[in-house]
Amino acid sequence: MKIVVCVKQVPDTKGGVKFNPDGTLDRGAMLAIMNPDDKAGLEAALRLKDQYGAEVTVVTMGLPKADEVLREALAMGADKGILVTDRVLGGADTWATSTTLAGAIRNLEYDLIITGRQAIDGDTAQVGPQISEHLNIPVISYAQDIKIDGDYVIVQRQFEDRYHVLKAKMPCLITALSELNEPRYMTPGGIFDAYDAEVTVWGRADLKDVDDSNLGLKGSPTQIAKASDKVRKGAGEVVNLDPQESVAYIMGKLTEKHII
Amino acid sequence: MDFSLSKKHLMAQSLFRSFAENEVKPLAQEVDETEEFPKATVEKMAKSGFLGIPVPKEYGGQGCDPLTYVMCVEELAKVCGTTAVIVSAHTSLCIDPIMTYGTEEQKQKYVPDLASGRKLGAFGLTEPGAGTDAQGQQTKAVLDGDEWVLNGSKCFITNGKQADVYIIIAVTGIVEKRGRKMKEISAFIVEKGTPGFSFGTKEKKMGIRGSSTYELIFTDCRIPKENLLGQQGKGFNIAMHTLDGGRIGIAAQALGLAEGALETTIKYVKERKQFGRSIAQFQNTQFQLADMATKVEAAKMLVYRAAMAKATQKTYSVEAAMAKLYAAEVAMEVTTKAVQLHGGYGYIREYDVERMMRDAKITEIYEGTSEVQRMVISGNILK
Repeated sequence: MKIVVCVKQVPDTKGGVKFNPDGTLDRGAMLAIMNPDDKAGLEAALRLKDQYGAEVTVVTMGLPKADEVLREALAMGADKGILVTDRVLGGADTWATSTTLAGAIRNLEYDLIITGRQAIDGDTAQVGPQISEHLNIPVISYAQDIKIDGDYVIVQRQFEDRYHVLKAKMPCLITALSELNEPRYMTPGGIFDAYDAEVTVWGRADLKDVDDSNLGLKGSPTQIAKASDKVRKGAGEVVNLDPQESVAYIMGKLTEKHII
Repeated sequence: MDFSLSKKHLMAQSLFRSFAENEVKPLAQEVDETEEFPKATVEKMAKSGFLGIPVPKEYGGQGCDPLTYVMCVEELAKVCGTTAVIVSAHTSLCIDPIMTYGTEEQKQKYVPDLASGRKLGAFGLTEPGAGTDAQGQQTKAVLDGDEWVLNGSKCFITNGKQADVYIIIAVTGIVEKRGRKMKEISAFIVEKGTPGFSFGTKEKKMGIRGSSTYELIFTDCRIPKENLLGQQGKGFNIAMHTLDGGRIGIAAQALGLAEGALETTIKYVKERKQFGRSIAQFQNTQFQLADMATKVEAAKMLVYRAAMAKATQKTYSVEAAMAKLYAAEVAMEVTTKAVQLHGGYGYIREYDVERMMRDAKITEIYEGTSEVQRMVISGNILK
């Protein structure tokens, strides 16, 4: 079995957020980690590898320093890492990103593609399903459990108040939730090997069946018009009314601010 | 000279840090309170390869360098002194002498199980009458046919009873050296479960209370002839060389304790308010923290240098002695100040700093007291 896992290097939410003048994130200036949902997806792939035997290839698109997440994936037990990096790919929205990743994945053999549900920086949850559309394969999102049955995958898909059990023929794409599992730790020896290993680097020329007009900032149907920090909350307000009136006042305020 | 860590060392550090935060820190208080050996944590560390970091891959280890191992002990000690010394005693005091002095058969037989963490190691040198004066050994080993017969006891043995493989130092005869009669001392590998090998008292300690410290008792304990480690009569050298390496591990433990106490204190002084402002805004606090941070950094340089020396030099006794002496004294000073800056709360067991202060004291005593380190250092500069 061959599994491709898409991972993204995202800013560590514990660090501060920094923007470029064009409103996109200044990724180079922030502390970076592997996106938590992607890490769960990788762990799921590694468990399938442990259980059924599989070759796990990890793909990421990003700045050259995004090779760190590939080293991390290798140190956890992935077999191969591919970094897709090129100036023309910068500033991509979900459409351009999924086009790029699909273009890279077309060069690979796969039975299963696993992505995270969503990245904690963009928070769109769109790239996984879009990749499946580009590749014309089924998608099962929000996976909380994955099993293999011959040529099929059986997946529990999380829903608001229940889960659905879905069965799909491979090849297919699954988006994983961080609740899916607890990712394993790297090993120190795995880290040393990962830094001695070769990471494949692909540029624009290596993307298969992809039109230039669908790449990078120029190929993005959506553009970020403005980005700003959250407006700081003002000072608190002390309410000095009797209990009944206080409750009514507070509920009114919460409704007014769309909190409830 | 380059003081920056390589990318692989930085990633290893972040691994140790997240493991320590997620797996070790939540249990540290309980381990101290109950004095129970953290068995589940040791199993998790085994799974993640932490019990054979500097051991070559062909012997089941991780194939990393001494610096990576030192960083592991340091990060563990930041949150739990007990967990750190378990790794240190196992790696430096048991695996290391087998790797350095063992025959190929001994290495093949013992190291893969130890390095993968399937088995735990310990080191038995100290006796009631032979602490700093390690020559004062009373435990005897007599060759009887194809077996050595051990009689005697060892005390204060870290990982005692929990370990499976023990390095034991014993007297194998009397030799004449420059007209003086001297004990001939040798080293042995002894397995738990060997008839005649039993455990005595469990020590009740001030700090590192979850680490298992036991007395070992040998009564006509027969071990195979081939369990002699290194040459007969070279046991003292083996013990001293082993301790050189072990001291780097303890130095790393001391460094971690100091760093942990400093980090905890920085967080506390920013939150705690008195006289209408955080106590971090008082110059006394600021100057105390500046001194603590500077000493921690100096200790770190000595500890990392000793680890680098172990990787590249044949002897590193002085580097190891300086690192252990300084890091241990810094740990004691920094943890004491950390308790002071916490005020009354620092004296309460619910806050971590009092445990760190209790844990720090042992780093000035075991694997050679601070006085022994001064003997090693001065002996070298006056020779």
